[in-house]
Amino acid sequence: MKKDQLAELSAPYRQYVRRKWGFVAICAAVMALACLASLAAGSAGLSLGQILGALVGYGSRETLTIIWNVRMPRIAAAVVVGAALAMSGCVMQNVLRNPLASASTLGVSQGASFGAAVAIICLGAGSQINSGGSSAALTISNPYLVTACAFLGGMATTVLILALSRVRGVTPSTMVLVGVAISSMFTGGTTLVQYFADDVMVATVVYWTFGSLGRAGWQEIALIGLLCLLALAFFLFHRWNYNAMESGIHTARSLGVPVEFLIPASMAVCALIASVSVAFVGCISFIGLIAPHIMRVFVGNDYRFLIPCSAMAGAVLLLASDIACRVLIPPVVLPIGALTSFLGAPLFLYLIMKRGSVK
Amino acid sequence: MIEVQNLSFSYGHHPVLSHVGFTAQSGECVGILGNNGAGKSTLITCINRIRTPDSGSVLIDGKAVGNMSRRELARSVAYVAQKNEMSQTTVFDCVLLGRKPYIRWAVGEEDLRLCTAMIHRVGLEALELRSLDELSGGELQKVMLARALVQRPKVLLLDEPTSNLDPRNQYEMMELVREVAREQHITVLIVIHDLNLALRYCDRFFFLKDGSGYRYGGLEVVDQHTIESVYGVCAKVMDVGGRRIVIIE
Repeated sequence: MKKDQLAELSAPYRQYVRRKWGFVAICAAVMALACLASLAAGSAGLSLGQILGALVGYGSRETLTIIWNVRMPRIAAAVVVGAALAMSGCVMQNVLRNPLASASTLGVSQGASFGAAVAIICLGAGSQINSGGSSAALTISNPYLVTACAFLGGMATTVLILALSRVRGVTPSTMVLVGVAISSMFTGGTTLVQYFADDVMVATVVYWTFGSLGRAGWQEIALIGLLCLLALAFFLFHRWNYNAMESGIHTARSLGVPVEFLIPASMAVCALIASVSVAFVGCISFIGLIAPHIMRVFVGNDYRFLIPCSAMAGAVLLLASDIACRVLIPPVVLPIGALTSFLGAPLFLYLIMKRGSVK
Repeated sequence: MIEVQNLSFSYGHHPVLSHVGFTAQSGECVGILGNNGAGKSTLITCINRIRTPDSGSVLIDGKAVGNMSRRELARSVAYVAQKNEMSQTTVFDCVLLGRKPYIRWAVGEEDLRLCTAMIHRVGLEALELRSLDELSGGELQKVMLARALVQRPKVLLLDEPTSNLDPRNQYEMMELVREVAREQHITVLIVIHDLNLALRYCDRFFFLKDGSGYRYGGLEVVDQHTIESVYGVCAKVMDVGGRRIVIIE
């Protein structure tokens, strides 16, 4: 066949790829809308005009403060943390060949929580401040120490999982059981650390593990955002390798995938972004598990599209959960970690029932 | 041309291959034969370094595969596994994966052209945007073969490519393999259990017994004594209508 003829014959595939890019654009638009909705949600009752005005620097001092100091950091935190958790889930599911893999199901979040608790309580990375009257609150005075310890906790879990995955006879389903065991171990460790702390520390660390997007300031958001971008670049650089991994490890090797490097390196990057997210906003379950599966319904297992779409789906899910947390029982802000699990589980069950199985 | 020299491999302390060696020319189709557990699949996975052999070497056109990078090796040797993992990938995307060793960042025009041509060649153009999990066993094997062929390999390794296929699909698959191998001067090493299919489509035969090479050569090595010794069954080898066939008694 001639070149022109072949180009013509590949037209349906080109159109199919264009449709996929169109879907990526739709995801970006949905994410932008979710950000706007999140800006509008809250007890202050701001109109759309006031919000748009504040975004370009016009409005009362109070409105500008609400938008730029209260809502925008929450939105930015939701976007970067949602994207980080979803990307790590997406890639973990690929390299471990396990559809149930995610930072929370494999115990990475729990390991990171343990590391963060050790940093806050034992290493003095958290400082107690008086917030009026007899009440007290805890702020993270040394975010880098907390991040480093959370990362070490997350990495310890990852190393354990990778070491066990090399043992012959360990199946993908066993890996999730390994994750359950490791999470239980770290949850126990966190409890032990809390046991030796004073009441306020314990209460604050327990509250911290609920997860809250309001906790991360611009400095923390910038750090997660930067790591997220670097991770995205790493994942996209290896997108063809992840596509090849879908055919099995042997076939991937035969296609030139450096499996011995790819699996540990990807797991380390996943553990880094998940651990740092957990360190700053607490445990947020299900986003990493569910966002990639929702996107697989639309873009299949093509990681060229699945990675960015999962990241945006994770951001949208976390933004939606955050809106729900703020508007369900105003002025109380519900813990986002609890809500993502509460709403994520039925959504996941729905997907399983609809598709017969999650592949 | 491929030269396998003194290849040995063991799982822990359990030796699977012991000093295996043979040579095959470009365009030749070599049937790798032997009973279950003889080390056939291990042999072909050692050839493209999916498994690292304990000792020995493999040379392709005089160059040792041990000195090649993964990418370079994937451009020289293609492999189709016995069992293929299903995923939500379209036929075209799966075939396109065969171009992975050549793709740096984006898919090029040449990649798309080669894949389109190969999909037409194996007769799957009507299914190119279908998901793999919607295909029959025969169609899936053709997709895997197409993926391996767009790698433009010098050596093609096939691990029991016909084991789950009906007779018609078996013959179609083998015809296609032989045709493409001759056209593109590819050396094909094919693990196969059906002796009559091997006799019909392979040029040379390598019998493995207990991890060691037992016999290697053309049609003349497929005789009653070899089959009885390798498989432990009584067999008759006959020439019917100019074709050699094996009947297991």
